[in-house]
Amino acid sequence: MSTTDTIENTGATHSHGSHGHGSYLTSSKGLLSWAFTLDHKRIGLMYLCSVVLFFIVAGVLALGVRLELMTPAGDTFSPDTYNKMFTLHGAIMIFLFIIPSIPASLGNIVLPLMLGAKDVAFPRLNLASFHIYVIGACFLLYSLLAGGIDTGWTFYTPYSSESGTAVVSALLGAFILGFSSILTGMNFMVTIHKLRAPGMSWTKMPLIMWSMYGTGLMQILATPVLAITLLLLVLERTYGIGIFTPSLGGDPVLFQHFFWFYSHPAVYIMILPAMGVISELITVHSQKNIFGYKAIAYSSLAIAVISFLVWGHHMFVSGQSEIASAVFSFLTFAVAVPTAIKVFSWVATLYRGSIVLNTPMLYTLAFLALFTIGGLTGLFLGTLATDVHLHDTYFVVAHFHYVMMGGTFIAFLGGLHHWWPKFTGKQYNEALGRFCAVMIFLGFNVTFFSQFMLGSQGMPRRYHAYDKVSADLLPTFEMWHRTSSIGSFILGSALFIVLFYLLHSLFRGKPAAKNPWGGKTLEWQTESPPITHNFATDPVCEHGPYDFDVIEGADDHHGQAADKRG
Amino acid sequence: MSSEQPFLHHHFHSAAQQSASAKLGMWFFLAQELLFFGGLFVAYAFVRFMYPETMLAAHEYLDVNMGAINTAILITSSLTMALGVRAAQIGDQRQLRLQLLATILLACAFLVVKYFEYSHKIHVGLLPGRLFAADGIAGKPQIFFALYFTMTGLHALHVIAGIFVLGWIYVRAGRGEFSPAYYTPVENAGLYWHLVDLIWIFLFPLLYLVR
Ligand SMILES: [Cu+2]
Repeated sequence: MSTTDTIENTGATHSHGSHGHGSYLTSSKGLLSWAFTLDHKRIGLMYLCSVVLFFIVAGVLALGVRLELMTPAGDTFSPDTYNKMFTLHGAIMIFLFIIPSIPASLGNIVLPLMLGAKDVAFPRLNLASFHIYVIGACFLLYSLLAGGIDTGWTFYTPYSSESGTAVVSALLGAFILGFSSILTGMNFMVTIHKLRAPGMSWTKMPLIMWSMYGTGLMQILATPVLAITLLLLVLERTYGIGIFTPSLGGDPVLFQHFFWFYSHPAVYIMILPAMGVISELITVHSQKNIFGYKAIAYSSLAIAVISFLVWGHHMFVSGQSEIASAVFSFLTFAVAVPTAIKVFSWVATLYRGSIVLNTPMLYTLAFLALFTIGGLTGLFLGTLATDVHLHDTYFVVAHFHYVMMGGTFIAFLGGLHHWWPKFTGKQYNEALGRFCAVMIFLGFNVTFFSQFMLGSQGMPRRYHAYDKVSADLLPTFEMWHRTSSIGSFILGSALFIVLFYLLHSLFRGKPAAKNPWGGKTLEWQTESPPITHNFATDPVCEHGPYDFDVIEGADDHHGQAADKRG
Repeated sequence: MSSEQPFLHHHFHSAAQQSASAKLGMWFFLAQELLFFGGLFVAYAFVRFMYPETMLAAHEYLDVNMGAINTAILITSSLTMALGVRAAQIGDQRQLRLQLLATILLACAFLVVKYFEYSHKIHVGLLPGRLFAADGIAGKPQIFFALYFTMTGLHALHVIAGIFVLGWIYVRAGRGEFSPAYYTPVENAGLYWHLVDLIWIFLFPLLYLVR
């Protein structure tokens, strides 16, 4: 065969020589070596910086919203500014922070390491996904600069087809970001299928892989529907095609069906990776085998499948047929089953474990408490009769912040602290870490539990001022709103301390050991920070991910092959 | 090992693993495409249900002959594509290049026909939404033509993307990169092309043959 002359052309072969054996952080230098890297760890790190940046932007907008609601009158910002602030807070948090937060940043860094692979299946698509993310972010930020958007992150028609604000660029931004999410999901699914280390059967995979797999499934099957929805809405605005706008002959409820067909699975795209992180953290920091491996694994897939069948629970008061509402309500309750299986299994894992109350474990415990509250209040909203009362009130706002922030964001912080020593090679200040974890937990509850109170009293969401409310409710509303705002300032300050000590650790932190927590999964077998090619010799998986119960001493010949290199 | 298999990327253990990964990735991508067009089909079902008379009246203004010719062109191109994959499989380089070229030319022919259809519609004002400028059709024909242009337009974009993909495969085939041991890119491009074809096979009756 005439293959010898094509070696240079394809450029596909990478030398296995010595240059892959230095730390991935310093192996090559310069901005371009980062911007065009194919290394999953570097791509993950770039994602991490971006999502943290956007979290800060959206978080500051949220503090602005809370500042306005400190007092009943709309006196801090104008109504239009207020509408733009909560819209951008939602859109940026969801599309630029939560969706890519765990999978694309932490997942990108640890997924191949935990599988014992050299990289994800398609490194170039991985890089493309990041570049697409940056382009999408530019579109979304452009709408911020071009005067903002005031439709709410849900872009409901008919208002979104008429609003005079920069809706089209925001829609295009979300459209583009969707493709970045699809590429990540696809890449991870193939990586999990095909690049597991020898000996790693499906049930020997760390549980986070099952979560990522379920997430990938939803990313590739739900996101394209959002893409076409947003595209049709762009056409609606530009050419008046008449699919979603009633005055042109369209149906706004159709838009809601389209939108929630994506956006309900999307909340599981956001929470499933968090559940995976919790499975890892809870085992390592209690040094105990997971309770119910298969139950947790299969419940991830069950959640992914059922999540496609519940979207109508967002539309109980939108004029959807009562039979449809009843069916959607029933299916919504069905999602609670696999979710509860996970929560019970995590709690059972803690039983008689050697629990270490370090920073990652504190976040894990916070997750268990907050996510359970978030999940249970979801059932209030999934029940037809109570939803009629609670729909579009602060109860909904509190519910999804308990799930998204108390769940996903807390797990993100837990995972960040858990893998920080691995991917930076530095140890952060543990005392500050614990202090902030407790402050975040307290600040969070003060902020959002108050909103349950507000919602159950009938305070509607998205209101700029509440001074016109009846005199008997005004003191209650004012008291809870003020409490919530004070909580948000505690939360915000604690998060800034986290940012500070994490950045500080990069320069002044003690070097981290290979395996500071005594984890059993493969990422702890390589250096901290890992070498460019991840492992010096290809690892072989010889035991389960959570085999903490082996007798001391017998551990040696159960060790991973990567340990044995000379 | 890798010196004999220049196509093998460093993070795969074997050529079999690499090609299985690439194919699996392609199937996931196709699933994504199906859901993308699936949304459009739901929008179509909605309009059909809301305005059945409009659909019936407005579809008369589409050129069934041109649609049929295009259907024939795309089906033929699927055949040439399949023959191309077969040629790659057995290592017949000349046939591979020939069939790829035929597929690309047929794709271009499809676009030429589409161009004539579109320019006629634009000329007589059969346009989507607010741009609609014709009269004599009952109901809301602007919604039908919105669907027509959105669905066939997005499909045409996929055809254009297909021409670039196949062109790139053609260039690589010219360099002799493919062999019976390595032809996954040809296969994956083929899978994509068959999907583009399949979508048209749904679009043609839904838009041109309304009853
Ligand atoms: Cu939902």
